[in-house]
Amino acid sequence: MMNKVVDSLAAAVSGIEDGATLLLGGFGTSGTPIELMQALLETDVKDLTVVSNSAGGGPTGLSQLIEAGKVRKLICSFARSLSANLPTAAAFEKRYRAGQIELEIVPQGTLAERLRAAGAGMGPFFTPTAYGTKLAHGKETRVINGRGYVLEEPLHADVAFVKAHLADPMGNLTYRYAGRNFAPVMSMAAKLTVAQVDQVVRLGEIAPEYVMTPGIFVQRVIECEHVPVIP
Amino acid sequence: MNMSPLSRDQLAQVLAADIPSNSYVNLGVGMPTLVAKHLKPEQGVVLHSENGILGMTGLPAGQTPDIDLVNASREAVSLMPGASICDHVVSFSMMRGGHIDVTILGGFQVSVEGDLANWDTGQADAIPAVGGAMDLVAGAKQVFVMMQHVDREGRAKLVRQCTYPLTGHGVVNRVYTDLAIMDVIKGQHLVVRGMIEGMTFDALQSVTEAPLVLAADCCVIHP
Repeated sequence: MMNKVVDSLAAAVSGIEDGATLLLGGFGTSGTPIELMQALLETDVKDLTVVSNSAGGGPTGLSQLIEAGKVRKLICSFARSLSANLPTAAAFEKRYRAGQIELEIVPQGTLAERLRAAGAGMGPFFTPTAYGTKLAHGKETRVINGRGYVLEEPLHADVAFVKAHLADPMGNLTYRYAGRNFAPVMSMAAKLTVAQVDQVVRLGEIAPEYVMTPGIFVQRVIECEHVPVIP
Repeated sequence: MNMSPLSRDQLAQVLAADIPSNSYVNLGVGMPTLVAKHLKPEQGVVLHSENGILGMTGLPAGQTPDIDLVNASREAVSLMPGASICDHVVSFSMMRGGHIDVTILGGFQVSVEGDLANWDTGQADAIPAVGGAMDLVAGAKQVFVMMQHVDREGRAKLVRQCTYPLTGHGVVNRVYTDLAIMDVIKGQHLVVRGMIEGMTFDALQSVTEAPLVLAADCCVIHP
């Protein structure tokens, strides 16, 4: 019988190699796999390329990985703090200004679609987003039926960390409210998807039609208490 | 001249009244979020948030915030009956795929070409943050920009050509400022649909770099 549940956070994040591309789910306070990120702090892994919607949601999580010098490059849509009063990305900003971290800015929808293309086995695709802007510089563009498009590449990853609400032993996942955000598409785009969940339930307890991420996209599940980021 | 520019709240009120009934609307971060509190329930407007919420409402007084229910500005929100939740792929399909009726965005500059600059000041030390703005302007059926008519130094924000990096080219349909409402006729001029009490066409043109044309039925804006 398939059982993807591991018994410790250390086991959940084991075997990640230096230089890996790591996807991090989460949007603001919701769906952020803080505990997996903190478990990664305890390992020697380094030179990560991290893909995340923002450059940090406050002092915990991604900011800790950045402060620990584990992140070589960040791919995100929103790289600065929300405001001076809410310095959510302070750790990133400091390292970026010091030239210690590389940054690739991707429009949020293009980020989601590049992940989807990777997970869905698609090649590069044309999107109208960012056509005529500096985020299209250096990329192939084409006018098709009178509309301008930018050619974007699939974004494949080695590992994804996602936060879900419920999982069963086969790795089927559900999410609470907007905690879902990037998690389903990131789960598809990575070779190894690790889901931290509030609760593991018995097989069959999640009705099949309510599964939000089918277990085929999930390789490890760890049940742990979640302390959300409060920036 | 005896006139007072619209306050941010008055401007939000004007915009809210102009949103078509039963439309799907995305409000950008910053000033546009003020529009939400002026929408009337009978308008039937459904608010979308890029992080996968359709049918978002403000957090009622006394309701405990839920960490899994935040808007694009990371503020706690609530849901209306009939709301739905989706993931980022579906949410951005709504935006880029032409399903959102109206988006209201803030702006640094709007040009007579309908170009919008609202994500990057272009300063050397600025850290870029585009979020979902480029996807919204690529796909929303109508793009309204809500901004001050001039910047803090008094320079025109309605220009012939944007000097800041663009969010999108030829994407803006209408601009609401603290002084006027203008439709973009791409590559030609802005048509003034409304002006605040006491404003004259010449005075408005003097603070607007883009060429203006007065609509025959130009009205006085009453917040």
